[in-house]
Amino acid sequence: MDFVFWLLAAITVGGALAAVTLRNLVHCALALTVAFGGLALLFLNLDAQFAGFAQILVYIGAVAILVVFAILLTRSSETPKDGGVFSRTWFTGLVIAAGVFAVLGGALLRSQAGLPHDAPAPAVTVQQIGTALMGRYVLPLEIIALLLTAALIGAVIVARHEKEGTE
Amino acid sequence: MATPLVGYLLVAALLFAIGLAGALTRRNAILVLIGIELMLNAANLNLIAFWRYGPHPEALTGMMFAIFSIAVAAAEAAVGLGLVIAVHRHAQTTDLDQINRMKG
Repeated sequence: MDFVFWLLAAITVGGALAAVTLRNLVHCALALTVAFGGLALLFLNLDAQFAGFAQILVYIGAVAILVVFAILLTRSSETPKDGGVFSRTWFTGLVIAAGVFAVLGGALLRSQAGLPHDAPAPAVTVQQIGTALMGRYVLPLEIIALLLTAALIGAVIVARHEKEGTE
Repeated sequence: MATPLVGYLLVAALLFAIGLAGALTRRNAILVLIGIELMLNAANLNLIAFWRYGPHPEALTGMMFAIFSIAVAAAEAAVGLGLVIAVHRHAQTTDLDQINRMKG
């Protein structure tokens, strides 16, 4: 519960809030990148170096760029002229989200005593992670490779522009 | 004062609620995807926090779960944004209040 944790938590939550409330979608993408960066720093603060750097590479390096590309390709950066950026049923959505947070937070605060307390930092090296990925977790790794290949091909097929009469 | 784990879990719960609110209240399909990404990230933060403060961090279970989850989220983002682009080409809009037909 130190100062660094609260600073990173504030950056992450502030970025996430800005990402879902700002009107201009390019600003939203930038705020989303800030939130991803804050999360990566939280991972590093949790002594999960590999996950933190994977988060930076995958989310800031790939997903944020992909979101920016999608925003520019669909010209969504222009704010809609008719009314706001929120849906007609925004109030219901807000109530549902607040209810979910109330349930999660209430359950957390009530089960505080059962949760583990401060633990010494685990001494886990990247070499151990690699050994585990090649040993015990080799089947999930292969499945992830297959999934990523399928997603790559699927995304290209879905987004491909089919000209009239080329069937 | 709360233990560190509770702080991380509270931040993750707040992040999940923010992502859910974004996915449910915004009109633009890309913003809905951003909300879903935030929710996935909140789950990852939970996994890493429990890995760090759990009884057997050297078993790497939570860490592996989070890494695989990051990979699945990347695939989901690619396909989701590809779908948004395809829908935009077809309907000329990404406004979810206007896209209300499955056919045509």
